Amino acid sequence: MTYRESIRSALRDALRGDQRVFLMGEDVGRYGGAFAVSRGLLQEFGPDRVRDTPLMESTFLGAGIGAALNGMRPIVEIMTINFSMLAMDQVLNNAATLRYMSGGQLNVPLVVRMATGGGRQMGAQHSHSLEGWYAHIPGISVLAPATVADGRGMLLAALQEPDPVFIMEHATLYPMEGEVDEASGPCDIRKAAVRREGTHVSLITYGACLWKALAAAEQLAKKGIEAEVVDLRVLRPLDSETFLASVAKTRGAVVIEEAWRTGGLAAEVSAQIMENAFDVLDWPVQRVGGAEVPAPFAKQMEDASLPQIEDIVAVVEANLV
Amino acid sequence: MADLVMPVLGADMKAGELVAWLKRPGDRVQKGDVFAEVDTEKAVVEVESMFSGVIERLLLSPGDKVPVGAVMAVVRTEGPEEVAPPSPAVAPPAAAQRRAGPRPTIAPAAAAGRLRVSPVAQKLAEEKGIDLSTVAGTGPGGRVMLRDVEEAATRVVARPAAAAPAPADRALRMRQSIAAAMSRSHREIPHFHVESVIDMSRAIAWLTAENARRPVAERLLYGVLLIKAAALALRKVPEANAVWAGDHVEPKAAVHVGVAIALPGGGLVAPAIHDTDKLSLGELMAKLRDLVQRARAGRLRSSEVSDPTITVTSLGEQGAESVFGLIYPPQVALVGFGRLTERPWVVEGRPELRKVIHASLAADHRALDGYRGSVYLAEVERLLQEPESL
Amino acid sequence: MTTRPARGRKAAGQSHDLDLLRGMLRIRRFEERCSDLYQLGKIRGFLHLYIGEEAVAVGAMQALTPDDNIVSTYREHGHALARGMPPTSLMAELFGKATGCSRGRGGSMHFFDAERRFYGGYAIVGGGLPVAVGLALADKMTGRARVTACFFGDGAVAEGEFHESMNLAKLWDLPVLFLCENNLYAMGTALDVSQSVTDIAFKAQAYGVPSRAVDGMDVLAVEAATKEAAASVRAGGGPQLLELRTYRFRGHSLADPELYRSKEEVERWMERDPIATFTERLRDLELLSDAGLQKLEEGVKGEVEGAVAFAEESPWEPVDDLLKDVTAP
Repeated sequence: MTYRESIRSALRDALRGDQRVFLMGEDVGRYGGAFAVSRGLLQEFGPDRVRDTPLMESTFLGAGIGAALNGMRPIVEIMTINFSMLAMDQVLNNAATLRYMSGGQLNVPLVVRMATGGGRQMGAQHSHSLEGWYAHIPGISVLAPATVADGRGMLLAALQEPDPVFIMEHATLYPMEGEVDEASGPCDIRKAAVRREGTHVSLITYGACLWKALAAAEQLAKKGIEAEVVDLRVLRPLDSETFLASVAKTRGAVVIEEAWRTGGLAAEVSAQIMENAFDVLDWPVQRVGGAEVPAPFAKQMEDASLPQIEDIVAVVEANLV
Repeated sequence: MADLVMPVLGADMKAGELVAWLKRPGDRVQKGDVFAEVDTEKAVVEVESMFSGVIERLLLSPGDKVPVGAVMAVVRTEGPEEVAPPSPAVAPPAAAQRRAGPRPTIAPAAAAGRLRVSPVAQKLAEEKGIDLSTVAGTGPGGRVMLRDVEEAATRVVARPAAAAPAPADRALRMRQSIAAAMSRSHREIPHFHVESVIDMSRAIAWLTAENARRPVAERLLYGVLLIKAAALALRKVPEANAVWAGDHVEPKAAVHVGVAIALPGGGLVAPAIHDTDKLSLGELMAKLRDLVQRARAGRLRSSEVSDPTITVTSLGEQGAESVFGLIYPPQVALVGFGRLTERPWVVEGRPELRKVIHASLAADHRALDGYRGSVYLAEVERLLQEPESL
Repeated sequence: MTTRPARGRKAAGQSHDLDLLRGMLRIRRFEERCSDLYQLGKIRGFLHLYIGEEAVAVGAMQALTPDDNIVSTYREHGHALARGMPPTSLMAELFGKATGCSRGRGGSMHFFDAERRFYGGYAIVGGGLPVAVGLALADKMTGRARVTACFFGDGAVAEGEFHESMNLAKLWDLPVLFLCENNLYAMGTALDVSQSVTDIAFKAQAYGVPSRAVDGMDVLAVEAATKEAAASVRAGGGPQLLELRTYRFRGHSLADPELYRSKEEVERWMERDPIATFTERLRDLELLSDAGLQKLEEGVKGEVEGAVAFAEESPWEPVDDLLKDVTAP
């Protein structure tokens, strides 16, 4: 099935299995979801469980917090990470902070899903990759499902967490086909995954860039370079153990993300490798990230602003060949 | 009586400036009455009294800036205290040192022209004893990579690994180095010696009194008096604070006294205490203690070893009465102090027992002569008679 | 609008009046003590005093049950005390001690009490309104007859979240009782300098939320209005808003030099001091004697001093626990 169908299957099973779960967000009901993820759910579960909200990101995310405080298991859908900026105060100052500020008395079992990323010529205000900003905040977890199976498993796992979970779904992945066991339950949401084994270099990435990294690995293999591809999966808390073990084996790393290079999450991964694996490195950790520009509209410009397979291959070759 | 203190009137406020008194001594105040205007840097605010009573005394004048908590005025309260005198605001326990995570070992930035080697390649080269300058780097910019070292290991005959010297080796090498220096000193420097016996009773008495009023951790040994006197005396005979630069004397502006320190297991080092003449006795004591500890642990800095402009050696309790040392080249002088002993002394025509010390100067006759050497020792003696000036 | 108590009240009524007075006195004396302690450096950070507004917290709490939810702002000491949170745990929290209601993690602006359903304590103006809407949403979805009382100030009315929350609460028929404490100033900005329309109750009506203004200096008026509104909300009548017209006698916080309002205005409002006027009324009705008042004052003073002593003696949270309760253990 497709990534979006996989997520929908998880939503359906969650709504069926737990009366505390409900979905709310813009156009999740009558419209069937901006990315068609929730199509059919309103018809199946009714307007109490699948709620269309007015355009008020701050208040409906805040309402999700309140409902979670009071016994429910809300899934708040923010149409895209771009609009989530309007709700950042509720995320940062309430969702992430209430447990700590209350001395441990309260917890916020809230799940927030949002579409992220660029590459579809959506223009500068609709193409951001701000997962790194969320991953910066203590008190929440941040997930980046990159496979169809993770689309389902991560949502089911998130609903079991006592603290807020933010699931970042790259918009280009929705139509992607892949394997998933429709009866599968929650998957692990603490560990990264080695998607391709290799010995010469570690390609560390998350989200849609996983597929570019895998394609780059195929090209590199033709030149005799076997790349190991690590899918971070969990952006906060980062599974350092997995990527450090990979680098210890391969002795070189390239960290890839769509976000702007400066201060991106790749910088955090790079710093951790530097701190913990300095002596096993054969060459300095490299990063491939977005160009320092607001996303342009024209295709060739947008393509040039985002990491591409050739960029990944080029960086590896420059350092290894 | 109750104190009216400079209040905290904002989260960042550290001090306040009195703008005006609104009450005079003798005025009655109720709790909550405004008694002064204070400038908090953000605004001028009215300050209320926390007590009811009569203003007894004003402690500040307009324009005075005091820290929060400082007493501004005193109120003679009537009847039982409305508010119990507050205990001083106790700061929360200082945050214990938090581990910031594993600390990286940062390699020094590669200087221009230096070999660029990847860390893992470096490690392998060290293990195999491979001279990296013989390895061709095939990485970007000519960086030596692991594969280059691996390849070199199969080709090049490995030199004996420069393993960390065993302790026995270290001691042997130190002896060898001392031997070389002393031989050179004897060979090249035309030594002469002058000696003085110095009455130390005033210095010791002063020291005893001084130490009595110091906390134990800050007490001084008499050796620091000797070192300081030796350093200050150089102002009178600056040519003793110099190095021999091949064919001429080069006086040094700064005084860095090298202090001879015997090492356990044999051996001697004489590292410098920088700017000895500018340090207080307390500072000198602390630096000496630190130097001795590090010297014995083998952790001296290279600047300490190379910077002395004159050396002082003091034999201490176990030593002979006097010492005539050998100068450490390229210095031109070495001051020696023997053991502190008690000897008969003539005071105003009558014999008395005094604590005395034999002080000697070994000097390079190319840089000084006997007269100047005597002037130097006389100055050391004079200084030790006025220990409070040290 | 004021209500006149009937002559010849029953003993229960008199006892209730004394409870109201005691509640207001407790807040007043607690806040006055906090002011001193802050100036002495024992309480640090921010301090926003509730002095002058006591009638609102005390009156409104009469309409709420232990099952109802409460959301407040950073000027929350009055609400916390009126809700029954012990002065000891509040004072300890102000001192930053481990025995504080938030374990010293929150301070003056972040009181929490899960057992008493006191959900904070929000320092971002307007930030609590969406949370209140969500609390009410959960109650509605599970069929619980509870009210979520959401206190906020006139300043919050300018924030988008006020309008969003009014809209969503009415749209989804949520049991929120919005209690706007209009003390005429958002820090130093007067209402008429920040609002094109200063009638707050009217604004709520624009969203279809029934609302009216109440004299916030009259504890009985506040009590009556809140009881009526809460009953409607509890019965499923949807959200309501009360604009409680009140005044804070002290500055916004202790750092405030009050340059934005005149002394005369403050004095005028102080003539309507809710405690003084209520005390006078009770005396007039011979429901309170000098001795009775003194007993109340002493009792309250004892509580406050006990709270200070408790706070002084309480321990600090160990620094080694810094990373505890960021997320679940």
